[in-house]
Amino acid sequence: MRTPARDTTSSQNQRAISQPPRLLGSISRWLALGIGLIIVILFFTIASEDWFTIVNYAMIAAIAALALNVLSGYTGQISLGLAFFMAIGAYTAALLGGPQPTSSLDPQGFGLSVLIWLPAAGIVAALVGALIGPTALRLKGFYLGIVTLSLVFIGQYLFRNLSSITGGPQGRAFPTPTFGDFSFSQQNALFGVAVTTGQQYFLFILLILVIAALFVGNVMRSRAGRAFRAVRDHEVGAAIMGVNLFEAKMGAFILSSFLAGIAGALFASYTSYITPTYWDLTLSIQFVAAIIVGGIASIWGSLLGAAFVFGLPQVIDHFSLLPTGGNGGGLNSGNLNALIYGVLIVVFLLFEPGGVLGLVQRCQALIRSLNHQEREGGEPAEIIDLSPHAGVPINLEDATPVKGESE
Amino acid sequence: MAYFFQLLFAGVAQGCIYALIGLGFSIIFKASEVINFAQGELLLVGTYVVSAGVFEWHLPFFLALVLGIVVTVIISLLFERFILRRMIGRPVFSILMMTIGLDIVLRTAVIIHWGSNPVPAASPFSITSSFILGGVQFGANDLWTIGTTIVLCAALYYFFRYTKYGLSMRATALDQEAALAVGINIRTVYALAWGIAAFIATLGGVFLAIDSFAIDPTFGGVALIAFPAIILGGIDSVSGAVVGGIVIGVTQVLTAGYESHVTNIVGAGIHEITPYIIMILVLLIRPYGLFGSRKVERI
Repeated sequence: MRTPARDTTSSQNQRAISQPPRLLGSISRWLALGIGLIIVILFFTIASEDWFTIVNYAMIAAIAALALNVLSGYTGQISLGLAFFMAIGAYTAALLGGPQPTSSLDPQGFGLSVLIWLPAAGIVAALVGALIGPTALRLKGFYLGIVTLSLVFIGQYLFRNLSSITGGPQGRAFPTPTFGDFSFSQQNALFGVAVTTGQQYFLFILLILVIAALFVGNVMRSRAGRAFRAVRDHEVGAAIMGVNLFEAKMGAFILSSFLAGIAGALFASYTSYITPTYWDLTLSIQFVAAIIVGGIASIWGSLLGAAFVFGLPQVIDHFSLLPTGGNGGGLNSGNLNALIYGVLIVVFLLFEPGGVLGLVQRCQALIRSLNHQEREGGEPAEIIDLSPHAGVPINLEDATPVKGESE
Repeated sequence: MAYFFQLLFAGVAQGCIYALIGLGFSIIFKASEVINFAQGELLLVGTYVVSAGVFEWHLPFFLALVLGIVVTVIISLLFERFILRRMIGRPVFSILMMTIGLDIVLRTAVIIHWGSNPVPAASPFSITSSFILGGVQFGANDLWTIGTTIVLCAALYYFFRYTKYGLSMRATALDQEAALAVGINIRTVYALAWGIAAFIATLGGVFLAIDSFAIDPTFGGVALIAFPAIILGGIDSVSGAVVGGIVIGVTQVLTAGYESHVTNIVGAGIHEITPYIIMILVLLIRPYGLFGSRKVERI
């Protein structure tokens, strides 16, 4: 591992010096995957349509939370502009995939396939990110936060006025994924099993979420990902080590915008009708809350955070624990939602900056130390066993965290 | 021409409100390098308390005003003492999110207590009182806003320049360690900064509320327009906040006044985003603002 880093077109070279990073390296991972699959299948067969709605929204939110984590968590660039990039993705999808206008008042649409509009949503958002990035990324810290915040406001103005694409203040309808005759808007037979709209979306979104999570996870283990973290931890240090600050930040910004665009398109498609006011600052802030509550700079953190911030209020609604809506004040589910994530932000930042994931890891460490003490029956001996690592190529997965921080 | 001057006057008054809110931002930033996203919600709480004081508890206006200021100052001090002080040394991102967390909690608390329907704004003078000079109508509230801003700025100037605590605050802003070394109590300085910011925010909020007759829980969003003002002036410059605020206020009101002529080209509601456009332009040319010190970071 101490071989000087050559001009790595990363993965090839790393393969040469160690084993390739494996997706499923150990038995415990196979086990986890198996349990995960069983849970998914169980959920898929027994859950009601309401639960699919809750879980589908949470999964879409998880994709957007991943996007924010790439930029803010891994690369350390404050962004409050996620809603803007989600909106760009959503309206790209609407323009390309929406139905052909029947009258001159209808918003534009070309009626293309989901295989075109979904990738296009990401790509257009990424292009817009690439366009804005050079300006925004000159700034650091609070300044970047405020500029990305102003993107949200400028975006709202644009979306209100570009009514041929966005439908103006009244909003517009968004396309449903359709593969030939197989439209998500109706019940279909999949391998002989009848699946509802919610179930079809569930499979589709799950697939995209898994791809996105694996992709982000792998990027973060690559040279690029280590550069991102180096930039976050110490810009000057990173620059001295040969990281191109501008390239690293732009890379993170573009990747983040791409994922945000995909998430926006999926969200709009699943909701099917949205007005421009939806893409406001609150939405951006909810995602920041999600990554803080879940765990900053972590894949699982993004998923957990999205589940907490976007799933929990829906669950509370579902069991109708509190009265909904009303303008009269008092505690209702909407207020509780806001209160929960406001308080969660404060509490987690104060006591557990690692988020829910940090909490889980802390518990694991605690359990491990308890087990350890029982086995050893006394004070744990400090033996560092180096032999397994001696002649064997180092497992890249184990090496990455250390390398990432020190590079 | 009278229309132009009318807009100009209204713009200056509006700008003074942005300046008051912006002053709060830059005082806190100077002392502790924190941008307080909760400023808008401190203002919201203060304004609601004043309104409740007048209309629910039937206090005289000025007593209600004092009550509102006391409440926000206490919230602000508690937040600084028990939450923010534990965050010293943590990343900018965490501190910023902390203030956003407070922002959400305060707004939700207001909604839970008062509901989301508008409540009337308290006002010490009759809304219609004004005089006309050269075709321009000078409203009493606008004049009071401008006057209060001038008095406050003079007071702050005196405070920062001649009083012991003001000097401590400037010393801390300049170099925290050196300030500690000469025996300045940094805790007092932080507390003072947060207290002053909350006090000014409430004043700004009350003036703004008088202008708009009624307040609802989205009222705190006005603080987001004060961001461009402080960026324009330079985030760590107190006089910059005032100049920035007035520039933003005047351009915004002028755009609002004349945009009906160009709606076909630029669309409706452009005045809502002119502050942000100006801010981005300024940041492109001078990232440290018009009056800010160059040390503000950039690549």
